Amino acid sequence: MSISAHITDELPAGDDADTMRILVIEDDREAASWLIKGLKECGHVADLASDGVDGLELARDGNYDVLIVDRMLPKLDGLSVIRMLREQNVMTPVLILSALADVDEKVEGLRAGGDDYLGKPYAFSEMLARIEGLSRRQGAEPQKTNITVGDLSVNLLTRTAKRGDTQIILQPREFKLLEYLMRNADNVVTRTMLLENVWDYHFDPQTNVIDVHISRLRAKIDKDFDTPLLHTVRGAGYMIRAG
Amino acid sequence: MPVSLKLLKTSTFRLAAVYLVVFLLSVGAILGYVYWSTVALLEQQTENTIEAEVQGFAEQYRQRGLNGILDTVRRRSRAEEDSVYLLANQIGRRLAGNLASLPQQAAGNTPGWIEFPYEVDSPRGIRHHQAKAFYTVLEGNFRLVVGRDVEERRKFARIIRGTLFWAIALTLVLGVGGGLLMSRNFLRRIEQINASSRVIMAGNFAERMPMSGADDELDRLSTALNEMLDQIERLMKGMREVSSNVAHDLKTPLTRMRARLEDALRGNGNDHRDALQDTIAEADQLLNTFNALLSIARAEAGQAREGFSQMDLCEMVRDIAELYEPTVEEQGGEFDIAVCDGVDVFADRQLMAQAMTNLLDNAVKYGRDSEQGSIKVAVSVEATDKEIHIVVADHGPGIPEADRERVKERFVRLDESRSEQGSGLGLSLVAGVMKLHNGRFELEDNEPGLKARLVLPRPAQDS
Repeated sequence: MSISAHITDELPAGDDADTMRILVIEDDREAASWLIKGLKECGHVADLASDGVDGLELARDGNYDVLIVDRMLPKLDGLSVIRMLREQNVMTPVLILSALADVDEKVEGLRAGGDDYLGKPYAFSEMLARIEGLSRRQGAEPQKTNITVGDLSVNLLTRTAKRGDTQIILQPREFKLLEYLMRNADNVVTRTMLLENVWDYHFDPQTNVIDVHISRLRAKIDKDFDTPLLHTVRGAGYMIRAG
Repeated sequence: MPVSLKLLKTSTFRLAAVYLVVFLLSVGAILGYVYWSTVALLEQQTENTIEAEVQGFAEQYRQRGLNGILDTVRRRSRAEEDSVYLLANQIGRRLAGNLASLPQQAAGNTPGWIEFPYEVDSPRGIRHHQAKAFYTVLEGNFRLVVGRDVEERRKFARIIRGTLFWAIALTLVLGVGGGLLMSRNFLRRIEQINASSRVIMAGNFAERMPMSGADDELDRLSTALNEMLDQIERLMKGMREVSSNVAHDLKTPLTRMRARLEDALRGNGNDHRDALQDTIAEADQLLNTFNALLSIARAEAGQAREGFSQMDLCEMVRDIAELYEPTVEEQGGEFDIAVCDGVDVFADRQLMAQAMTNLLDNAVKYGRDSEQGSIKVAVSVEATDKEIHIVVADHGPGIPEADRERVKERFVRLDESRSEQGSGLGLSLVAGVMKLHNGRFELEDNEPGLKARLVLPRPAQDS
């Protein structure tokens, strides 16, 4: 997995309301300390477990919003940790971080009960966007048929979008793109996440084809209105938010 | 080990030896049976005639007395050439018959079968022959010997025995000789294969197993081994290329990165941020290259088939084309999509999409028409009964025919494209992916421009 984002000073800092309790299960102390430092700087609370057994204990008892699990761990490997948690009905969202990042390995990780998979090395912003997406997915009501951000709303049943009173005509793919952005409203969505979730392809194109799709979508939803909703987060990706 | 010993240890020779033993045993059994039954039959016939004759003499004696039997013995002695007769009195003196004297074996009063040597007058002098006779004592103590010359029979048996012996000996010699000859031939060819193997092990990977041209099992073995060697050589060549290219193409950016960091360390604090950002960008590019290399290696080794599934190829091509269409249109270009419907293939969707993406990336980067200055890209899928052709065509400068194979190799970039960012791995990955799918990757002239053609074999239609 390649990384197209650069770390900049514009890391999206979480609001206090969005503070997450995160458990990092990772045996490489240096990597783990960088990760925890970054998470804390973004206003999250992060604990560390440095082997699989400790990780399983903490994940079971602690009330975490998201788990970040490395695959290759001492004592008990990451996938086993996830499997055992799921067997015990612990449904905390899990992001798997691993140097094993081929498509089949990703599939294996997701089958074990992981919710998302990120290959090492990764960009911190990409990782952050993904765990924020995960914790949101956890909170969202699955039955929702309407998503609204500001005066923009999409109807998931009729697959139509409206801004204020104006109907917005969207191609099917544009609708999927907007739907994904709306589901992750107020969170950064990276280009890789878009390619994975909207197009279902797990690699990076060399040219920034996604940007053109975004700018077309932006032309439809933002161009004729005063307040832009679709923002570019420099060096990270995109975000839909009201105001 | 001496060559002869080596010959004896070949499997061909062992096989020949086993056959030889079985053959010898059967030949011996058949000839032996013929011998023994012939000899026994002849013996039996002789005994039967002699017994009948003795009966006849005894009858004569009873009816006509001594004179009658003397008469008959004399007459028969003259007439029958291969018969022996002797009538002697109680002290063993010869009374009539063609035997000179009573044989030593005919002693006492017990009648029975005897065998004895005797002398025969023949035109070529006196010969010693063997006779078989019945010895009996008549009333009045007259001794009668009636027999046959068995010399001919013995000769016959000797000849048969000799034939038997020589037949077996000849079979043995021919069998062992033939076995050795076959083994030597076999061993020679095995030795050639061994020699080739040693040459290859010594590092000459261009060496191949010899072929005799007979299209026999050894040739088939050699063919299979040669195909395996071809594959190994390709993989090794790939590995060698990768390692030398990695050394070169990864060292260059690493050197640049190190120099930049060192420079930032020496300079004042203001430059740090820029240097770090550039370094991260460079690291990302390195990771891209690294991942692409791994993907190519996996695809080329043919080990990446876990991701294969039944997929709609047209849908994938349309998806990817649609992903790129806005990019081309945004730059004022034209994008034609002519994709047929419902072509199912068993393929790796992600890798096929990655290959398409690489081709479209190139079309967007290099497909600019030199005269009109705009991009023109056409994507099409055509399916015939046997093959599926995916074509990505542009109107750019194209690739000269001489370079069309070379650009598929790793890290090969044509000089004029150096200014564009890229790893030089895009087309290698396409080639690797097509190889994994047993397909072909062809570059053609689009007059003007480049036409990249992906050809997939179409599975036999069952329905």
